Amino acid sequence: MIQPPAPVGRPELRTVYGAGPAKVKVDQLSFYYGKFQALHDVTFEIPEKRITAIIGPSGCGKSTLLRVLNRMYDLVPSARATGAVVIDGEDVVSTRKLLDLRQKVGMVFQRATPFPMSIRDNIAFAPRLLGWKPARIKEAVTESLERAALLDEVKDRLDEPATSLSGGQQQRLAIARCIAVSPQVILMDEPCSALDPVATLKIEDLMSTLTRDFTIVIVTHNMQQAARVSDFTAFMLMHPEHRYGELIEFAPTADLFNQPQDQRTEAYITGRFG
Amino acid sequence: MNRTSRRSYTSFAWLGVMYLLTAFALIPLGLVLWFTVAKGLPPALHIEFYTNVFRPVGVPGAGIKQAIVGTLMLVGMASVMAIPAGILGGIYLAEYGLARWAGWVRLASDVLVGTPSIAVGLFVYAILVAPLHHFSGVSGSVALAVLMLPIVVRTTEGSVALIPNGLRESGLALGLPRWRVSLQLILPAAAPGVITGALLSVARASGETAPLLFTAFGNQLLSLDPTHAIQALPLTVYQYALTPYKSLQDQAWGAALVLVVMVLGINLVSRWVLRRQIALAGQL
Ligand SMILES: Nc1ncnc2c1ncn2[C@@H]1O[C@H](COP(=O)(O)OP(=O)(O)O)[C@@H](O)[C@H]1O
Ligand SMILES: [Mg+2]
Repeated sequence: MIQPPAPVGRPELRTVYGAGPAKVKVDQLSFYYGKFQALHDVTFEIPEKRITAIIGPSGCGKSTLLRVLNRMYDLVPSARATGAVVIDGEDVVSTRKLLDLRQKVGMVFQRATPFPMSIRDNIAFAPRLLGWKPARIKEAVTESLERAALLDEVKDRLDEPATSLSGGQQQRLAIARCIAVSPQVILMDEPCSALDPVATLKIEDLMSTLTRDFTIVIVTHNMQQAARVSDFTAFMLMHPEHRYGELIEFAPTADLFNQPQDQRTEAYITGRFG
Repeated sequence: MNRTSRRSYTSFAWLGVMYLLTAFALIPLGLVLWFTVAKGLPPALHIEFYTNVFRPVGVPGAGIKQAIVGTLMLVGMASVMAIPAGILGGIYLAEYGLARWAGWVRLASDVLVGTPSIAVGLFVYAILVAPLHHFSGVSGSVALAVLMLPIVVRTTEGSVALIPNGLRESGLALGLPRWRVSLQLILPAAAPGVITGALLSVARASGETAPLLFTAFGNQLLSLDPTHAIQALPLTVYQYALTPYKSLQDQAWGAALVLVVMVLGINLVSRWVLRRQIALAGQL
């Protein structure tokens, strides 16, 4: 294997080997909640159909970074981003096709938030509003439940309320709901932090099968999880003086955990702070 | 006495006080219901009471059909005007309410909730009755709608604001437009509170007398024409109770009972119709 060149100055900018084509290019992204700067000059490329984990201590801006990728931050009135996030040649930060963007870049949240309707309707909800034909919707329901590894458990009770499912099943339902509208990128913000180990394992297994079709970006505060599931890892940290989040290092997961280039990364993964 | 037993004694005493005060608060409610049923039931047990209209004192078989129909028309029209508008307004305030003038809308509806209903009646008289030179069901229902609107707005806003933000974000993350998420995801989730608010406003409007005095005015005959004067149950209660005739006073009690049962009926039926949505939302 070719050894990457030693980093000069900004280690996050080193070329990442074995990454394949980039699906999302984050370029000099800074982000502000009003006057408070939450992200500073983040640059990296998220490889297509791989799992990229974002790790770092609480409050360093992981969720903020994720929420830029599908413009979820639009809900916060004073929020503002500078720089660029390019997906398939289109800049996310400045795009006017917000709904298309969010269909292309789906999101799964920490809390599963089942909709107050049946299991079937949870998945059919968005396709219906998007005006799909009934036959296509029916197919999408079965197919997305199948791909989210949930179909066998729920196929006899599709008309029961989604709230009757267990926590882990609800989270897989959220994933099914998300893939029903055929996204290309799936963002996950600490999807397992409310789940027990068995349910967590199921989601992790599911994630690796999903990489056949989707580019996955997962925020996790659990380093073991990042090491287990991801192909690439981005490590973020809050700047001690300016309080904004920075990308410290981005590398193939094995490299980041075994031979971190930055001593702050090393300190974090060996548990010395954070 | 040691500390533990003193504490449990104090707690016991307070519990007793609370029970007593609760019972005290229930006394008027119980008395009102008891009187209404006891005095209203005898006239309300005759079928003519519902199928006939006013008959002069002494003529048997008098009924209050015109008032029942009138109240249903007045409250129905007022609901059509106030409930959809109020729900939309409430959603707007809860979902987009950071805009500066949303604060003014809130203030306006709070003031409106506290406005004496007779003032609302007077206002509608000035804008709808006086210029057109006659009383009408429409003007009565407009007055009732004005009273209902702020109740619906504020209760809707309150129950939408309780919906966890995660539900909104999950909807938006699927690429759905914001207004569809508000109306088709958030609103059904807030259904129990919204329905309760709407029913509260219906109950309030059904029982209002003052705003109808110089709008709907009253009519001893059955009228289905909303552009003419129209009777209402509370007007019947008010007018008949003030007469010196026992038979009319009895009919006033009967009308009051019908009003209470009607409001209760509307409440139960709408909860039953919307039971599935209420049950689903209740599990969130
Ligand atoms: N809606 C918001 N308004 C203002 N500040 C926010 C908002 N959301 C997050 N922040 C701030 O931005 C910083 C990064 O937050 P976040 O992205 O949630 O971190 P993480 O997900 O890594 O824990 C924190 O200091 C947080 O207080
Ligand atoms: Mg977070």
